Amino acid sequence: MEKCRFLFSGSGGQGVITSAILLAEAAARYEGLNAVQSQSYGAAARGGAARSDVIIWDQPIYFPKVLQPNILICLTQEAFDTYQTTIRPGGYLVTDADLVKKPAFVDAQRVELPFHQSVMEQIGKPVVLNICLLGTLVELTGLVRIESVKELIRERFDPSFHDINLQALDLGAQLLKAHKK
Amino acid sequence: MSDAVKFIQGNVVCAEAAVYAGVRMFAGYPITPSTEIAEHMSVRLPRVGGKFLQMEDEISSLCAVIGASLTGHKTMTATSGPGFSLMQEALGYAVMTEIPCVIVNVMRGGPSTGLPTHVGQGDVMQARYGAHGDHAIIAVTASNHADIFRMTVEAFNFAETYRTPVILLLDEVIGHLREKIRIPEPGEIPLVGRLRTAVAHGVDYHPYLPREDGRLPMSDFGDVHRYNVTGLYHDMWGFPTEKPEVVYGLIRHLVDKIDHNSEKMTRFRKYHTKDAETLFISYGAAARSALHLVENRRKRGERIGLLELNTLWPFPADIVRETSRNVNFVLVVEMNMGQITREVKLAVENPRKVYLANRVDGELITPTDIQNIVRLIQGRGV
Repeated sequence: MEKCRFLFSGSGGQGVITSAILLAEAAARYEGLNAVQSQSYGAAARGGAARSDVIIWDQPIYFPKVLQPNILICLTQEAFDTYQTTIRPGGYLVTDADLVKKPAFVDAQRVELPFHQSVMEQIGKPVVLNICLLGTLVELTGLVRIESVKELIRERFDPSFHDINLQALDLGAQLLKAHKK
Repeated sequence: MSDAVKFIQGNVVCAEAAVYAGVRMFAGYPITPSTEIAEHMSVRLPRVGGKFLQMEDEISSLCAVIGASLTGHKTMTATSGPGFSLMQEALGYAVMTEIPCVIVNVMRGGPSTGLPTHVGQGDVMQARYGAHGDHAIIAVTASNHADIFRMTVEAFNFAETYRTPVILLLDEVIGHLREKIRIPEPGEIPLVGRLRTAVAHGVDYHPYLPREDGRLPMSDFGDVHRYNVTGLYHDMWGFPTEKPEVVYGLIRHLVDKIDHNSEKMTRFRKYHTKDAETLFISYGAAARSALHLVENRRKRGERIGLLELNTLWPFPADIVRETSRNVNFVLVVEMNMGQITREVKLAVENPRKVYLANRVDGELITPTDIQNIVRLIQGRGV
C-alpha cells in the first residue's frame, strides 16, 4: 500500500486532534496497520492553531512527522493559509465550505464540504463536527472500516453521546458520496 | 483484536511500564511535556494499591519519592527540564544515601522554561553532571514504544541492583507520540526486587556494609531496624564521618559500583552496521529520523548504518569504538549542541571523523536535514 500521510489542522477546541487519534487508532488496532499520531500545539488549550500528524502504512514507520501530506484537512482559514502549499501533488485537500473561503492554488483534489452547516442543520451540536469529518475521511481513504470507528467511538466516549456521534459519522460519509456524484 | 495491543502516548507507556515494574508510589508536579505520566499514574496507582501524591513542587516531589523508597517501595517521579533542575539537590542525596528510585525527564527545549511544548535533547549532560560532587549515574533512553516499556523496566532493575537513582531521559516527541504497543505479559520481562537484609530484629544492622558482590541489602525504614541516613559522608552505620579512609572508600564505592558494571547496563540497537561505511549514532526521537534515512538509503545500496544508544550513562564507549572502527565517518544525530558527540569523540580511535547533525529550534530533526549534512561531509554539496 501507499504510505498515507495526513495533516489535520484547525483551531484548538474543534476536535481535529481527536479525529486524528481516532483514525490512527482504528487503523492500528482494528486493521492491523501501523500508525503514528502526533500533535503540535502552543501553550493555549483553546483557540490558537491546532495541528496533528498521522501516518498510516503497512510497513514500520520511523520519522513520525508529516512534512508533505497526501491528505490535508483544514478547518480554519488560517490553517488553510499556513499549510495549503505543503500538500503532495494530486493529494486531497479537505476543507469546510463555511470556514475556509479562499480558493486553493495547488495541484490537489479539493474536497470542499459543508461539514459545519450540515452538522448544525441535521444534528444541531457543533461538538460532533470532528466526527462528521472523520466519516468523510473513512469514506475517502478506505483505510479503516466504518465499523472499526464505531467500535472505537463506543469504547472512547460517554454513552450519552453515542447516538449523535454515529449520526455525525454517517453524515460525513454521506456528504462525500453526494460530493462524488 | 487483543486488549493487550494499545494505541497510546509514550508517556502512558512509561507509566504502564512503571506499574509493571512494581512501582507503588509516585510523587510529582505536573509539567509539559511529562504531565501525562503523572495523569496516568493518578488513575492507575490507586487501582493496584499504590499511592499518588501531587506535591507543591519538584524539590518536594523527589524528596517524597526518596523517602517512600526507603520504606521499601519502588518509587518514581516525572518532570521536564525546569523541574529536573530543581531536583538536582535531591538527586545527589539519593546518590549519596544509595536510595533506589527512577526520575523521568521528558526533555523539552531549554534552558529555563524554554520551549514547553517542543522537543529538545539538551539535558543529557545535566543528567550526568547536574548533581554536585563526583558521582557516577545511570541514564537510559528510548525511541519507540516497545523500548520505552523495556527501558522503563530496566531503569527500575538498575536502580534496585545498584541502589542508586536512575534517570530515564525521554523527549517531547516520544512522550507525546501515539503508536501501537503490545503490553508484555507479567513475567515476560524479568524484574529485580528489593534486596532486603536477612539480619533479624534485635540484631545490629549495618545499612552501608556491602556484601561481597558489592550490593547493599536494605531494611525498610520504620520497620524493625533503627539506622541513620545522611547526605554527609558516612560509615557503615550511616553516621557522619570525616575520616579520610572512610570518605575515600565511600566515593570509590559510589563510582565503582556503576563504572565497573557498565557493560551489564549497556543497551543499544544496531541497524545495518556490519558493512557500514557511514555510521549514525543517535538516541531518542532523533534516532527515528536517522533510522528512516538509513532504511531509505539502504534500498539504494548505500552502506549506511545506525547505532542507537539506549544507555547513555555510563557511556557505552566500547560499543561505540567497536562499531565505528571500520567506517569512513561517524555522524552523531542529536537535538542539542553536541553533548553525546563529545563523548563519541572521546571513545573512537579517530575523533576527527566524528561529526554532529543537530537541530535546536524545537522541531524534530528530519531525514532530509541529516541527508544534507551527510552530503556536505562527503563533499557533494547540499
